[in-house]
Amino acid sequence: MKRFVFILAGLLIATSAWSIDTGKAFEDPEKQARYEKLIDEIRCLKCQNQTIKDSNAFLAGDLRREVRRMIGEGMSDEEIADFLVERYGEFALYRPRMSGKTLLLWVAPFVFLLLGAVAMVRVLRRRASLPIDDDVIEEG
Amino acid sequence: MLRFWWPVVAFVALLGFLMFGLTRDPNELPSTFINKPAPAFSLPSLLEPERIVSPADFEGEWVLVNVWATWCVGCRQEHDFLLQLARDGTIPIYGINWRDNRDEAIRWLRQLGDPYVVSGFDGNNRAGIDWGVYGAPETFLIDPGGIIRHKHLGPLSANIWERDFVPLISEEAGG
Repeated sequence: MKRFVFILAGLLIATSAWSIDTGKAFEDPEKQARYEKLIDEIRCLKCQNQTIKDSNAFLAGDLRREVRRMIGEGMSDEEIADFLVERYGEFALYRPRMSGKTLLLWVAPFVFLLLGAVAMVRVLRRRASLPIDDDVIEEG
Repeated sequence: MLRFWWPVVAFVALLGFLMFGLTRDPNELPSTFINKPAPAFSLPSLLEPERIVSPADFEGEWVLVNVWATWCVGCRQEHDFLLQLARDGTIPIYGINWRDNRDEAIRWLRQLGDPYVVSGFDGNNRAGIDWGVYGAPETFLIDPGGIIRHKHLGPLSANIWERDFVPLISEEAGG
């Protein structure tokens, strides 16, 4: 049992060593944190369901390099997002920004929630207005 | 009775959207550069490394900028058509040799023929990112004012040329 736990722990530790990104970490932990957050929110355009953090496609590597460069040059997250959107479109961001084009995307969940709530209220109201016939159940 | 049909109508509408979605290729992202000025770049020429290639090279005329690489299968497919365009003098083609091995790229042009006026060597994807390139081949149509008018993803062919490129060029030429 002890051996099993030991092997399991070893395997779990090993998975984190399979990191795709082999670049050197920033010395400034705050920059490193920003870097890791950003690359986790940018789509790899070549492998569209992966972020550039997850992907080992060369395009993802190149984009990581660019993000690293821009953070190093002191650009803000907003400026880095602009850089990507300008070149690859809003699609490059996993968290699209609120704009005329993406408004529907952001608002739709709330609209559906509202529709559901209205439907539920209507059903419940109607049900409440039905005659109560508990007697039938007791008898049956 | 109408109440009963509502879910059916909604379902059919959803089905319509999904079917429309199936007909679209998710790899074809709309380019953000259409009708915008060609982004600047400055790359060493593939064949003469001391020469610098930049958009200034193709000012004042309709040109194609073709992103290619030796590892790219689609580039091999379109190569003969590019050679034909160059041979017929249809339009000047400028190459961006993208994320490639220089020696192999030079060998490719020697063996298969060189349709390009000049190719810039973009080994580390500097220009590629500025041009929003995410796969090869990609072909940009640039007007005499240096504005990108069209972008084609994937191999170029005579059909696609006639359908997507020629109308844009002849429209401007007044014929």
